[in-house]
Amino acid sequence: MAKYITRRVFYMFITFFLIATATFFLMKALPGSPISSASKLSPTQLAVVEAKYGLDQPIPVQYAKYMLNLAQGDLGNSFQFKNASVTDLIIDRLGPSMLLGTQGLVLGVALGILLGMIAALRQNTIWDYGSTFVAIIGISIPSFVFATFLQYWLAVEWKIFPVGLWKDGWMSSVLPSIALAMGPLATASRFIRTEMIEVLSSDYITLAKSKGANGFEIAFKHAFRNALIPLVTVLGPLAAGLLTGSLVIEQIFAIPGIGEQFVKSIMSNDFSIIMGTTLFFSAFLIVVIFLVDVLYGIIDPRIRLSGGKD
Amino acid sequence: MKNSKLVWLLSLLLVVTLFLAACGGDDKAKDTTTDTDEKEGTTEETEEVAADEDQVLNLIMTAEIPTMDSALVTDAVGFDLLNNVNEGLYRLSQENIAVPALSDGEPTVSEDGLVYTFTLRDSNWSDGTPVTANDFEYAWKRAMNPDTASEYGPYMMSGVIKNATAISNGEAEYTELGVKALDEKTLEVTLEKPIPYFLSLMSFGTFLPQKEEFVTAQGENYAKNSEALLYNGPFTLANWDGTGLSWQLLKNEQYWDKETVKLTEINYDVVKETATAVNLYTNGEKDRASLSGEYAMQYAADPELVTELETSVFYFKYNQERLGEKTPLANVNIREAITKAFNKEDLASVVLANGSTAAYSFIPKDFVFDEDGNDFRDVNGDMAVFNADEAKAAWEKGLAELGVTELSLEILGGDTELSKKMDEYFKAQLEGNLPGLTITLKEVPFNVRLDLDTNQDYDIQVAGWGPDYQDPFTFLSLWETDGGNNQMSYSNPEYDQLLTDINGSLAQDIPARWEAMAKAEKMIVDQDFAVGPIYQRGLMFLQKPYVKGVIAHPFGGDYSYKWAYIEGK
Repeated sequence: MAKYITRRVFYMFITFFLIATATFFLMKALPGSPISSASKLSPTQLAVVEAKYGLDQPIPVQYAKYMLNLAQGDLGNSFQFKNASVTDLIIDRLGPSMLLGTQGLVLGVALGILLGMIAALRQNTIWDYGSTFVAIIGISIPSFVFATFLQYWLAVEWKIFPVGLWKDGWMSSVLPSIALAMGPLATASRFIRTEMIEVLSSDYITLAKSKGANGFEIAFKHAFRNALIPLVTVLGPLAAGLLTGSLVIEQIFAIPGIGEQFVKSIMSNDFSIIMGTTLFFSAFLIVVIFLVDVLYGIIDPRIRLSGGKD
Repeated sequence: MKNSKLVWLLSLLLVVTLFLAACGGDDKAKDTTTDTDEKEGTTEETEEVAADEDQVLNLIMTAEIPTMDSALVTDAVGFDLLNNVNEGLYRLSQENIAVPALSDGEPTVSEDGLVYTFTLRDSNWSDGTPVTANDFEYAWKRAMNPDTASEYGPYMMSGVIKNATAISNGEAEYTELGVKALDEKTLEVTLEKPIPYFLSLMSFGTFLPQKEEFVTAQGENYAKNSEALLYNGPFTLANWDGTGLSWQLLKNEQYWDKETVKLTEINYDVVKETATAVNLYTNGEKDRASLSGEYAMQYAADPELVTELETSVFYFKYNQERLGEKTPLANVNIREAITKAFNKEDLASVVLANGSTAAYSFIPKDFVFDEDGNDFRDVNGDMAVFNADEAKAAWEKGLAELGVTELSLEILGGDTELSKKMDEYFKAQLEGNLPGLTITLKEVPFNVRLDLDTNQDYDIQVAGWGPDYQDPFTFLSLWETDGGNNQMSYSNPEYDQLLTDINGSLAQDIPARWEAMAKAEKMIVDQDFAVGPIYQRGLMFLQKPYVKGVIAHPFGGDYSYKWAYIEGK
């Protein structure tokens, strides 16, 4: 196990390094300049500004400098926010995104599992159809439609929650979290339903039943655990996507999150933020994928992390 | 029976969720009430009476503040806020005329129009210390210091303040800039040449003062958040963390003209979605919400709708030389044909439908006026008017001169929904009115467009320009031969000569200069058809009827809240 983890961590660093390199060169290939009023500046003045940001250096030199700074944890300064460091920006913006993502994920997955289980246990009944209906809605309607709908009814019409803005503490996070939860809810319920139906029809469940195990035991002790494995596989990327911010939801609810900032940085060629957020997202995804692999082993001991040599 | 446990569990969960939601709603309602009471400092009995005195304005911004350092600011949000929290020698009045602000009356001007001597009025920074002439000298020189890497400093000062061009080109030290504090209260500014619009420039953000001692003490931290700044204007900035989506303006008790300022507080939130902004407005949380896209049409008949004409003009930029090779647009008749071949009234009222109006000149309406208050826009009358017959005649003449019967041209535009809609309209109109023309559309993000512009890799571009100072020259100077913004190979020695005269020999002869500028405008729009005006941008927004006295400006900061107040809420 330890050997496996060491090897994985080593590969994680390699992956991270490759992503950083690829992003850097792709970013440099973007047309345009991060200097907002470049078209108004004289060549000399443009050179002065470029020199300040190190943009006058040859690209390999810029790359080497960037990597050196990165190794020291310095992501540089933003171009859009003239006095802000990228690290500060990411830290400031990450909190709301993570909170929404976590709430959305937990709510979505928990309800999704419940729905999926009900559907599987009550196959071909009204419960099953109902849960399928909810899942189809969750998959086919984009989260921003839910967001708009929730905002209009629960905030504008009924005034239960705030319309938007990040000002009313936890209350501000409810509607965006629900909107975000719809996707994972649908995914989780579909996966659990399919897997559980399959597991429920397998021999060992029949055996358990014949031994007198009740429905509850069968559902939770036997079927559910096995049904979780495929869910965990999709949960990794899903979590990374949700926790690192959802552009549209953040924009609709006017939340100071990282997702919206990331897109804006690409539009304005803010090299430092593009790099900073990409690296952060990649690091997050790399770690999540690793954790998912470790989770496999915990959920299902048949999956051996070191290929059966332990 | 066994499975019913699950059903129970689910039902319980739903009930708990609903219960929590309902409780939360109550909390929110209570919070709001408490907030209001606290702000008003009153009890429920007197609330009605006090309502009118609650001078709080709640506004929406569509973008964050990139910086509040007047040397580094380049964007609309920054200039807008600086205009409200700081004050320079001049300020735009309620009538949009530059009037003395920190300058105690008009300055004395040397006979050759080169040396301006300003005497400062008594005024303080928000820390209670006086604003001195050195604060101006320091701030302007700092904006020219290469270490600051200011973009607007050299851009605004070059050709205006003595030695600024040389400093920008690295031929002089920034300390040699033509600005000097003679004593605490006297500031001497030496110009490169007489600049007729110089005093209006003094209201622009780049020319604001900065207190040397404070800036130096803050170092890298300067302007990083609302604490790391000093204010000398009607308001102070509060609760801004440098990158956040909300902040406040509070009445500045140190401001010299604080008697005029009625608002005690302006609360800002960044909201980028029009739908959300409208919801906040409808809910009463915000007093103003700008409308874009389909919302403009939806609220067209709303009594709270306000339309405002901006001073940005959008126009066809005809590239005469693409990547070093002459284009068909080098032919004046082809340019004339395209300029006249589309109905801009329909474009403005039906396609854009956002408060924009058709443009019949290159200098916008409601931007500059002569001493008698006449709009410069009216001097030349309507030019570049839609006329399908004239367009067709010019087109055929142009084609004959080029020796072809058909042409294929590309229109370069933005990638926003509005740009795309507009480009489709151009394609339909131009192809319909000019037989043998094929238009291809290229819709790219703004940065890509800038790049293609710099490399002159386009045929026709839908471009826009907003003024940097209150003078037609800010528009006219764009088309100087080899000018930085020309990028379309337009060149007319006569036009260049006019530009030289406008800011040279005619600088102090106001009527002659006015005439020369009108002539220059006619030349590019109606004679050479160098550019084809399309529309002047407008804004539509919802504004609560109790919001009064907000002044919109044609350049610099968008709005002044110095005279704003709440009445009848």
